[in-house]
Amino acid sequence: MTTTLKTPTNVQRCRVVLYEGSGSDVFSPDDRFTLFSSLLEKGHSVTLANGNGEVGSGDGSPLVVVGRFNEDFPSDSLQTSDDATICVQNVCGLATDKIIETVETAVESLGDAPPKKWKPWFPVIDFDRCTNCMQCLSFCLFDVYAVDKKEQITVQNQEKCKTDCPACSRVCPEVAILFPKYGKGPINGDVVRESDIQREAMKVDISALLGGDIYASLRERQSDARKRFSTERDESRALIERKRCLKKLQGDLDIPDEVLMSLPSVGDIQERADRAKAKMEKRLARSQTVKDNAPPPSTEEWGI
Amino acid sequence: MSGTNASKNGQSGGARGSGSQRIVYCNCSYAKVVPLETKSEVLSKLCASGVAFDSVADLCEMSARKDPALKRIAGSGDVKIAACFPRAVKWLFHAAGAPLPETGVDVLNMREQSAEEIVPLLLNGTTIKEPNA
Repeated sequence: MTTTLKTPTNVQRCRVVLYEGSGSDVFSPDDRFTLFSSLLEKGHSVTLANGNGEVGSGDGSPLVVVGRFNEDFPSDSLQTSDDATICVQNVCGLATDKIIETVETAVESLGDAPPKKWKPWFPVIDFDRCTNCMQCLSFCLFDVYAVDKKEQITVQNQEKCKTDCPACSRVCPEVAILFPKYGKGPINGDVVRESDIQREAMKVDISALLGGDIYASLRERQSDARKRFSTERDESRALIERKRCLKKLQGDLDIPDEVLMSLPSVGDIQERADRAKAKMEKRLARSQTVKDNAPPPSTEEWGI
Repeated sequence: MSGTNASKNGQSGGARGSGSQRIVYCNCSYAKVVPLETKSEVLSKLCASGVAFDSVADLCEMSARKDPALKRIAGSGDVKIAACFPRAVKWLFHAAGAPLPETGVDVLNMREQSAEEIVPLLLNGTTIKEPNA
């Protein structure tokens, strides 16, 4: 079983401020570029503050302020207030590589570290286009989608999304699901053109790809495979069979191999379908007896 | 979001009023979907301009973390954002609970536009002066 680490949310990260205001000497454009590009590649947010234009105001996030300060400036200090923690570093006379080291140390001292390199891959819903049809929720086998309290589709478990798999966006009839890191439009967020909409309309229904309901098809194939393998059990052959069954789906939806091989087992899918069915029956029963006076279903009830 | 039009048409939404729009540059550090030469040239010219600006490593990563800094970017008045497709940027902010305002936002698309197109649009309306002058 694959375990995923949930991305910590609403965490305020350090901002690095390259200070060139009064009381300091400016960096050369080349040094500025080296510092910005290196720090950005390491995952830091960087601001150039020099009084020549507006920059984002303080938002409570810790600041690491580096500058080539003159003698009057209170450098190399750590100031903590109710608004923010500010670590000031005088980097006068330091080469750019040393400045970067200084910044990294200062960031660490404030209890922050840039996130590990990862490809932020998750669906983003264009609510100007989404009709709340729930096809994405039905299709995704990894519980990425759920329904919120307003019964609106939502992306609940981003970290469960399989990197480089854009399959749910391909089954969306409204071209409403984006993967900003995807190569091609309109999935990457490019403008949706008439031809894209027509292509969606002509697209083979996902259920038809495997000759009917995808879960039923998988169950049927699993059942056939069980019969066939009952006298000659072989895990590797089972995997090959599974891969073969899903080859057509892979071709049509651009699903990476590793995603296919990590699909939930048929047992898991069956359990999930049973759970969804039970919830639906429970909800129907409740609406009949209480005549819809019951409060709207909770996220937990909808999330299948 | 005026930036959508700006990017689609390759034209600036125009300097708004005081010409004091903030500039935010996204480095798209966690994927190679923005041409390296475009983002390097945009960043290099921003650094050479002497204009104050904010930069972030990757808006997608920030959206995934629901970084509170996105609210600061979205909620502090007019802003020009050099990133990728305006539709993607708009819904990334929305997904993080920091929707961009309908007006006063220009998104410039480094995936499709060249640095030569983008830089003048970013700096348009900004008075460039020597730092510390």
